[in-house]
Amino acid sequence: MKELAQRALDTALARGSSYADVRILGVRQRYLATKNGQISQAREYESYGLGVRVIASGAWGFASTDRLTAEGVDAAAGRAVEIALASALVKQEDVQLAPEQEFVDEWQGPCSIDPFSVPVSSCLDLMLKVDAEIRKVQGVTLAENQMDFRRVEQVFLSSIGSEIRQVKTQTGVGFVATSFAGNEIQRRSYPNSFGGQYQTKGYELVGELDLLGHAPQIAEEAVALHSADQCPAGVRDIILGGSQVALQIHESIGHPIELDRVLGTEANFAGMSFLTLDKLNQLKYASDIVSVVADATASHGPGLGTFAYDDEGVPAQRSLIIENGRFVGYLTSRETAAAIGNSRSSGTMRAESWNRIPLIRMTNVSLLPGRGRLEDLIADTDDGIYMETNRSWSIDDRRYNFQFGTEIGWEIKGGKRGRMLKNPSYGGITTDFWNSCDVISGPEEWVLWGTPNCGKGQPMQTMGTGHGAAPARFRKVHVGVAYRA
Amino acid sequence: MARAKKVHTSANDKMILTRQRAKEIFDKVVKYSTAEQTEAFITSTSAALTRFANNTIHQNVAEEETTLSVRALVDRRTARASTNRLDEASIRQVCEAALALARLQPPNEDLLPLPLPQTYRSVERFYSSTAELSPKARAETVAAAIRRAAKDGLTAAGVYSSGASSMALFNSRGLEAFHEETLSEFSLTLMSQSGSGWAKKTSPHHLELDPEVLADRAAAKALEASEPREVTPDKYTVILEPSAVLDLIGFLFFDFGGLAVHEGRSCLSGRVGQKLFGDNIYARDDVFHPLQSGPPFDGEGIPRRRVSLVERGVVTNLVYARSTAKKMGQEPTGHGFPLPNEYGEAPMNIVMEGGRASLDEMIRSTPRGLLVTRFWYIREVDPYQKILTGMTRDGLFWIEDGKIQHGVKNLRFNQSVIEMLGQVEMMSPPQRTAGEESFEMVVPAMKIREFNFSSATKY
Repeated sequence: MKELAQRALDTALARGSSYADVRILGVRQRYLATKNGQISQAREYESYGLGVRVIASGAWGFASTDRLTAEGVDAAAGRAVEIALASALVKQEDVQLAPEQEFVDEWQGPCSIDPFSVPVSSCLDLMLKVDAEIRKVQGVTLAENQMDFRRVEQVFLSSIGSEIRQVKTQTGVGFVATSFAGNEIQRRSYPNSFGGQYQTKGYELVGELDLLGHAPQIAEEAVALHSADQCPAGVRDIILGGSQVALQIHESIGHPIELDRVLGTEANFAGMSFLTLDKLNQLKYASDIVSVVADATASHGPGLGTFAYDDEGVPAQRSLIIENGRFVGYLTSRETAAAIGNSRSSGTMRAESWNRIPLIRMTNVSLLPGRGRLEDLIADTDDGIYMETNRSWSIDDRRYNFQFGTEIGWEIKGGKRGRMLKNPSYGGITTDFWNSCDVISGPEEWVLWGTPNCGKGQPMQTMGTGHGAAPARFRKVHVGVAYRA
Repeated sequence: MARAKKVHTSANDKMILTRQRAKEIFDKVVKYSTAEQTEAFITSTSAALTRFANNTIHQNVAEEETTLSVRALVDRRTARASTNRLDEASIRQVCEAALALARLQPPNEDLLPLPLPQTYRSVERFYSSTAELSPKARAETVAAAIRRAAKDGLTAAGVYSSGASSMALFNSRGLEAFHEETLSEFSLTLMSQSGSGWAKKTSPHHLELDPEVLADRAAAKALEASEPREVTPDKYTVILEPSAVLDLIGFLFFDFGGLAVHEGRSCLSGRVGQKLFGDNIYARDDVFHPLQSGPPFDGEGIPRRRVSLVERGVVTNLVYARSTAKKMGQEPTGHGFPLPNEYGEAPMNIVMEGGRASLDEMIRSTPRGLLVTRFWYIREVDPYQKILTGMTRDGLFWIEDGKIQHGVKNLRFNQSVIEMLGQVEMMSPPQRTAGEESFEMVVPAMKIREFNFSSATKY
C-alpha cells in the first residue's frame, strides 16, 4: 500500500502541487441483524482505495480511485491537480496551513477480541436469544437486533514527510423492542437508540452490555408505555439519562464549535454556528459546573473519536472547549487554525473513507463528570421529569433552538421516581439550557457513548463521534413541546 | 443531448462500467460461486463535486468506484458480500464469503428463490456531456454565480456536482438488468448580513439546471429576508415552496412499504383503504415520469410498476417486494431493496398531482400567513400520528394583505403530516424538486391552513 501512496504523492508534486497528502485505506465491515426470529441482514463488505489531496496554485483539489494500480493512482493524482487548478480560478486568496511537524509512526486502536474472528453463528445465536426474550413479552410486535463491526487500516503520507499507519476497529451493538397497539407505536432500545452503543474496541463490547439480561425489562417498558400518561406540557426541572446528555452535547456543543461552520464553509448544507469569533473566551456558554473537552487521545477511552493522528497527520489532542462554563476553544484544522491566527490545528480533520476529503469533525467531545449516582440525583429532585433514550432530535442551522424527544420518562416527586410518562420531549435555546445545568452525575455514571451517524459535508460523509456523558439535571426547561398543539 | 452507449471515458480517464464489462464480471462470479443460486449487483460511479463558500471554491473533489456485491442462496439461507476489488482472486473470495456467511445461518422457510428473467421498459437518463463535465466548466459556472451574488453585496456558498453511474443486476437463473444515468446538481445559499436565500435543482442533464435562474432567485430571497422580524409562534396559513413540501412528504412515503405496514412500524398500519388526507391529494409512484430518475427495476431485478398510492385522499395501494407480496397476498410491484435487508421496500419515484395556482396567486389570496422556502433538520416526533419537527431556513417571509411584507426570524414547527395533507387549500403544478432531507420527487407548492409553529430561534 505504501508504495502506491508514495507514487501518488510523487506524481501530485511532479504535476505542480505545493502540498499533497495521500490516504490509502482498506475497510472491512460485517453487519448482522435479526427481526422477529429471522435473520434480516447478513452482509460482509470490503472497500479499498486511495485519495489524493493537493494544493496547487494556492487552491485545493482532491481525487480518489479504487484502481490501485500505477496507472490508476497516477490518473487520480493528475486529476487532483487538474481540479485544484480549476479551483484556483475562483479563489480570494491562497490557502494557508498552520505549521505541523512530520511524523513517522504506527498505531493500533484498542481491540481485545477481534470481532471478525468471532464466529458469525455465535453472534446470531446471541441475537436470536435476545430476540426470543423480547418476544416473550406479550404486546411486543417487533424485536430487532443488530451487530456492526468495522475495521479501517490506513496509510497516510504527506509532502512534509509524514508516514503514519493506523488500524482502528469499531463495534456497534443494540436491540429494539417495538409495540404497536391502537393508535400508537412505542419503542424501547438498549443500550441506546439508532443502532445501540458504538465504541472503538472489539467484540468485548458485546459482553460488557449484558444484552440478554436487559431484554425483558426493555420489552416490558415498550408495552407499558401504551398505558402510561402523556408527558405534561409546561416548565419543569428535568434529569436526562447519560445517552441523551451525549446527544445533547453532540448537537448543541459539538457542532457549534466546529470552526469551519463558524467561518461559513458549511453555509449551504450543514449550516453555520452562533459561536462567532467574538465569543471565544467571552461567552458564558454554560453554568459553572460544566466543563467540556475534545479529546481524541487513547487515555480518554475507546470512543468513536479516538485515534493517534487525524487525517491531516496532526497528532490526537485533548483541548478544552468549555471551562467552568466559559467558552474557550474551537475544533480546528490546519487551514482554519491559520485563518484565526492559531499556531496549530487541534487535530480534528477526519474523512469517512478513501473517497472523501477530511473535514473538521468532533472527536470525543465529552462533558466532564461531577459527583454522585443517578439515584442520588433523583433523590435530590423534588418535582421533575427523568427522560431516557433519544427518540427524535432537531436543531436549527446555527445551533440555537433545539428540540429532543425521548423514548420514555418518569415523573419525579419528592425525590422518588413515580409514574411512567410516554412521549417525553423538551426544547430550548442552547446557552440558556446549558446555563440551567445544576448537577452532573459522577464518574461511576459516566459512559463514553458513540454516535455513529453524524452527517456533514457535500458529498455527504457519515462519521462516528464520541461523547462522554453522565446523567445531569437542568432547571426550568420547556417540556412536552412536541405534542402541544 | 447526445447519448453515449459505449465505455464512457474522457481525457481525464473517468469511466463507468458498461453492460458488457459487467456481464464479464458476472461470468466470473458464476465460475467461482458454488451456491445453489447466485446474484451479482454491480454498481459503478464516476462523480465530481465543486463546493464554494465565502465566494471561493474551497472544496473540489472527484471519485470513481466499481463495486461487486454477490448474494448467495443455499438451503433456504442467504447472505451478501461486497468488494471493490475485481481481480480473479477477489471475485472468488467475495463469492466464498457470501456463501460462508449464508451457511452459518438458520434456515428461513420464507426465503424465495431468485427471480426468473424479466422484461424492462427502457428509460434514457444518460447524457455524455454531463458525465464528462470538466472541473473548469464547473468553476466557470460557479464564478458566474459568485459574480451575481457580489452584484447585490451578497456572499455565496453552494455546490455544483456532476457524474455518471451504472448498475447491473444478474442472477444465475438468467435475469439480466442494466441501467445507466447521469446526475447533476446546483445549489446555492446567498447571504446578506442578516438574511439568506436558497435555491437548488437536480437533473440528469446539467443543461437543465439553470444556475443563473437559481442565483437570481436566491439573491432576491436573501435581500427580501434581510432585517428579519420576530413573529410569535402559532398556527398560521403557510405557503410551502416545493422543496419545503418535498422534505415533509419524504418522511411519509417510506410508510407505504408493505412490510412496514405488515410489521406495525408504519403510520399506515391498520389504515390502508381509509381516507387520511384531503380530497385534493393524489400521489403515485412512477419511475417512468419524464421528470424522474432512477432504474426501471428494483433490488431483485423486478420491473418497477406504476402504483397509485393515494386517490382523493384515500390510501389506495402500498408497494411490495416479492417476499412481502407473498406474505400479504399481493403482486410484487418492483420496489424492493437489495436482499437481505430489514426494510422491505419503498416507493422511490413519487409523483404528486398538483393544482393550477401559481406561487404568486397563493400569496395574493393570503390575508395573513408565512411563505416557507425550505425546512431543515426534520425529524419524526411520533411515528403513528406522523408528527414531524424541524426548522425553517434560508427564506421565511411574512405575508399580509396578499403581499410579502418582510423576512421573519426562523421558526420551529411540530406538525402531523397526515393532518397537514387534510388542510391543503391550493397547489401549484408539480415539478421535479430537490431538498436536503429527502430524495427527489415531483411535487407541487402548497398553501396549507393552520400549520403549527411551536417556538422561535434568534435569527
